[in-house]
Amino acid sequence: MDAQKIRAFALRMRRMIIEMSHQCNMSAHLGGGLSMVEINAILFGAIMRLDPKNPRWTDRDRYILSKGHGVLGYFSALHAVGFISAEKLKTFLQNESDLIAHPVMNMEFGIESSNGSLGHGLSMAVGVALAAKRHRQAYHIYVLLGDGECNEGAVWEAMMLAAQYQLDNLTAIVDMNGYQSDGKTERVINLKNMADRWRQFGWHVQEVDGHDIDNLYQAFCSCTLADQPHVVIARTVKGKGISFMENNNDWHHARLTKNWYEQAVMELDGKTSCST
Amino acid sequence: MLDINPSSVRQWSRLGSRAMFGQSILALAENLSNLMVLSADLGKSSGLDRFAAAYPEQFINTGIAEQNMIGVAAGLAKEGFVPFATSFAPFIAMRACEQIRMNMGYMQMNVKAVAIGSGLAMGFLGNSHYGTEDLAVIRSIPNLTVIAPADCAEILKVVYAAAAHEGPVYIRLTGSINTPIVYSADYDFSIGQAIQLRTGTDVSIIAHGSMVHEALLAAKLLEEKNVSVSVWNMHTVKPLDGNALEQCYSHSKLVVTVEEHSVIGGLGSAVAEHRSLYAAAPPLLRLGLPDQYGVTADYRYLLEYYGLVGSGIGSAVLSFLDGSKTNTVLS
Repeated sequence: MDAQKIRAFALRMRRMIIEMSHQCNMSAHLGGGLSMVEINAILFGAIMRLDPKNPRWTDRDRYILSKGHGVLGYFSALHAVGFISAEKLKTFLQNESDLIAHPVMNMEFGIESSNGSLGHGLSMAVGVALAAKRHRQAYHIYVLLGDGECNEGAVWEAMMLAAQYQLDNLTAIVDMNGYQSDGKTERVINLKNMADRWRQFGWHVQEVDGHDIDNLYQAFCSCTLADQPHVVIARTVKGKGISFMENNNDWHHARLTKNWYEQAVMELDGKTSCST
Repeated sequence: MLDINPSSVRQWSRLGSRAMFGQSILALAENLSNLMVLSADLGKSSGLDRFAAAYPEQFINTGIAEQNMIGVAAGLAKEGFVPFATSFAPFIAMRACEQIRMNMGYMQMNVKAVAIGSGLAMGFLGNSHYGTEDLAVIRSIPNLTVIAPADCAEILKVVYAAAAHEGPVYIRLTGSINTPIVYSADYDFSIGQAIQLRTGTDVSIIAHGSMVHEALLAAKLLEEKNVSVSVWNMHTVKPLDGNALEQCYSHSKLVVTVEEHSVIGGLGSAVAEHRSLYAAAPPLLRLGLPDQYGVTADYRYLLEYYGLVGSGIGSAVLSFLDGSKTNTVLS
């Protein structure tokens, strides 16, 4: 893994996130889109086997964005690896666009499933992982969840089944940015002991700094233990990379007006790469 | 496919709809290598014991977790399997409703959701287990095909047809053990094409599931009263067979729908929606379950209690024709 390359990848994603958010002139899920940038930069830039020229490649790794509102951190990654053109990204949140506030399944764009309603992605990922086992195929399934999303009961149903069927070809990532729509997760549903909970449900658990490229890379490379599904609990900062958005939940879903946009661009221009 | 003949259907009738579903799936497995069957800890109750033993790699027990079951089925479908996800009607249609909407409706995953023991078949298990609103909920979800087979032979037909159909299907099973027989010989079954079982000139009775047999009984009773009745098996509740309905409108003085489902949102509502565009259509009498959580009793008792038997249907039709009651159920 070329850490410099991944940091550049992440910076490119953040720039695109800011461009898309400003250009659409509408509220977008900025905070949760920015917290997941390094996770997706590593997955799309260094871990997953994908071929944008052959999006239905049978042996491709599968990625499901269960926290569907994280499209800014998803479309920007799909753009960075060549699935979605810059021109197409400009249609974000335009009337009748394919690129809206939640993923709409579109294999040409590398979007494996429609999401938006929370708590669905892990179940589908379990089904895909079971299919891979039954077909004796070697691909890996990645599914990104939010910490707030883990309030949903269906997530825990899927966790139990994944462990029961020993789905070692499945890696869940929890983007643990500590906030949900109504505020701090600990004030809504306290999931401070998130790692213990997954462990007790039978998963191989790793906790990492979700913005540390090397840390994340090592974690994904360690998802090799047999007979257990894997989860990477990624401690992240909501709004990461834009100073005035960091840990400020007003930016959960907000409009990036001209002044804010210019400040964000200035901050990103001052960097040659994102993250530590 | 298993042979449909007078002897086999008598045996299937004794076993009832759940066991017949299990037999049908077992037969289907021989022809469909990418079949997958899911149960939310109701494998035994759904007649799937033999399938689970014979095809352990193709049977997934998700535990008591219907929402997850539908999502997992969608993941399997996405990768080329043909999954049949099974549970009791309210647990699959309502507990997992949003999973059905997202995965089967919105994404059109090739999942076959099977509602076991819908209607009143759960008897003494009570209203928590009855499937009285499932069609109302499921019918409103775009892209779903909704089928309610009339007897055990038709369960076999529907299981095969659903497997061959590319797209999401909701299969609604009614009836208990000793399911009445409608079909004793093989016949042509096509999704979306209603089957006329009897011709008549006064009244058209349109039914699905368990009520097809009762509609035929009602037709016989009405004939004794000089009322000529045609009977249609509207096995596919969605998409509705508009051609069949047009024939009913143009060839009868009264159209009657009968179903083991609430009068709100099921076949009766679907026909009313369709009929609303036909100014010259005859009156429509919708028979079904009242809009309430009613008494608990054994299955046969409940059908009689709600008039969902041949004699009850016949009386309701006669009352309507006499003008003494506008609608026995809705009043």
